[in-house]
Amino acid sequence: MIHLLASIKQVPDTTNIRIDPETGSMIRKGVPAILNPYDAHAVAAAAEWKRKLDGKLTVITMGPPAAKEALQECIEMGADRAILISDRKFAGSDTLATSYVLAEAIRKIDQDDPVDLVFFGKQAIDGDTAQVGPGAAIRLGLPLITYAVEISEINVDEKYAVIVRKTESGKEIIQTSLPAALTAEKAIAEIPYAALPDLITSLKFIPEVWSADEPLAYDENQIGLSGSPTMVAKSGTPEAHEPAETISVAEQGLSGAVEIILGKMLSNSSVASLLEELK
Amino acid sequence: MTRRFWVFIEQNQGKMHPVAAELLGVANQLVSEIADELQASGEETSVEGILVGHNVTDIAQEAIQYGAQRIHKIDSPAFEHYLNRPYAEALTHLVKKYQPEVFLIGATTLGRDLAGAVATSLKTGLTADCTKLEMGHFRKIEKKLLLATRPAFGGNVIATIVCKDHLPQMATVRPRVFETPARNAKAEGEILEEEFEVKPEMMAAKLVEFIKDNNAQLNLEYADIIVSGGKGLGNPDGFKLIKELADELGGVVGSSRAAVDGGWIDYAHQVGQTGKHVRPKLYVACGISGAIQHKVGMQDSDYILAINTDPNAPIFEVATLGVVGDLYEVIPEMIKQLRAQKGASS
Repeated sequence: MIHLLASIKQVPDTTNIRIDPETGSMIRKGVPAILNPYDAHAVAAAAEWKRKLDGKLTVITMGPPAAKEALQECIEMGADRAILISDRKFAGSDTLATSYVLAEAIRKIDQDDPVDLVFFGKQAIDGDTAQVGPGAAIRLGLPLITYAVEISEINVDEKYAVIVRKTESGKEIIQTSLPAALTAEKAIAEIPYAALPDLITSLKFIPEVWSADEPLAYDENQIGLSGSPTMVAKSGTPEAHEPAETISVAEQGLSGAVEIILGKMLSNSSVASLLEELK
Repeated sequence: MTRRFWVFIEQNQGKMHPVAAELLGVANQLVSEIADELQASGEETSVEGILVGHNVTDIAQEAIQYGAQRIHKIDSPAFEHYLNRPYAEALTHLVKKYQPEVFLIGATTLGRDLAGAVATSLKTGLTADCTKLEMGHFRKIEKKLLLATRPAFGGNVIATIVCKDHLPQMATVRPRVFETPARNAKAEGEILEEEFEVKPEMMAAKLVEFIKDNNAQLNLEYADIIVSGGKGLGNPDGFKLIKELADELGGVVGSSRAAVDGGWIDYAHQVGQTGKHVRPKLYVACGISGAIQHKVGMQDSDYILAINTDPNAPIFEVATLGVVGDLYEVIPEMIKQLRAQKGASS
């Protein structure tokens, strides 16, 4: 039976973030925590293939206790097992430490129940680094297909998959042996409506919780702040800019306003020469 | 010991990616920032390009002309097409051999795929999508470190990251965040042929087929003129008007994230922190409110014209000039007057 595994993250909804103008720090209160959108699509794809191949889907996350809500969403989508890796000792982990925590967890799961394909979202919307998936894959020695937009085939018997990835110049069709890892674009699968049985299962859902010591004893030098080579030297809000000069259509009338702006634009020598080339 | 500043020279089908030139410019700037330390210690520095591929000698020369003093080149048929594992292993091997101090990689699809794997293999720190890089002091550490500044939380926070105990200090930078340095056709440099054996287990994933995308011809990042539309268009058809103005100006079409998320236009057109970073000579923002993540990606444009009905839209904070009005009135009028001007002068 095929065993798929998705690694997800709960993130603050960055489209709703507000900054305290006094202190310049992020106001976390009232910012909804969501399942990282790319991860949601990765889980949707994994759930789709799990059904198609009558396999099994395990979902893991590293995060605070509240991250169990994100796992619950994955159960709604059809995950069979969900593990919350949570411990204060993990706090402050950068991408290197996080990839260690996740890779070791995947290795442990794999020992008991071999994993065929590991799914990550292409990046998390809070950090936007896109580093954890590739980091975990290389730690596990797995072939990696990033920016996956489609899974064309998973052949369980012959242990290979055909995955389409998107680059700047086009699409690459990659054939990989299994086990393998991928990072998903949203196009990989639509988010499904939850099936009733999955919805019922999710209501009763209690995640397995793994600490830094049980069932896996993590090396404390590789987790949290001490396991993170990068540190934040300083942080702040972006520089404020002076508002631009504005011309109002209501005040100048339409043709008058456009005449003024075209006049101003063309008085800029660089813009003028650009537009001159067109003639 | 030589303090080496490395740049990954991304190439594809015989062409160097322009981000490689931009990073060579950055690396030379970083070296100039440690001139005082070099004078005191007598150490040498070297800006070096790391080039992996097949038949890439011309690209090595090009990188030298953009500021690399030395190229480490792995040139073999096994590297004809990019694949994560063999490339990552090859770079890891070179880093262990030469121990560079700084390693910069373009934050392209390829570069992001590669950088995370290499940094993890080396157990070192990597800062993604930097918008500012400098060599400077951190706390009481004697030697200057790479201070890597980047936006986070959708651009709402700007953080400076250091990697103080591990080498190399790695960072990725998106295309167009930095300017292209001048090219010196007479520059000379050294090309070192490096060896790396690709083992069969590194080839578990293989490229079966490549399908070229016509949208890729768009080249948004390097366009001189961009006309972008956002949620203020009200509906996907609004992009027809955006395209009309772009054609009139000889530019290309960009968009905000909201328009892409709404399914109005392909992601290839998205400008912003999670889209393309652009710095055209002229950027026209139509019906874009100016969310931070959008501004981060276009505020380096030389001239920004913003059209919005809301006089308080944040887009006006980064604009050179703003028009408060309905884009469905303003754009057709602009096209009309531009055509009249062209007619008058021809």
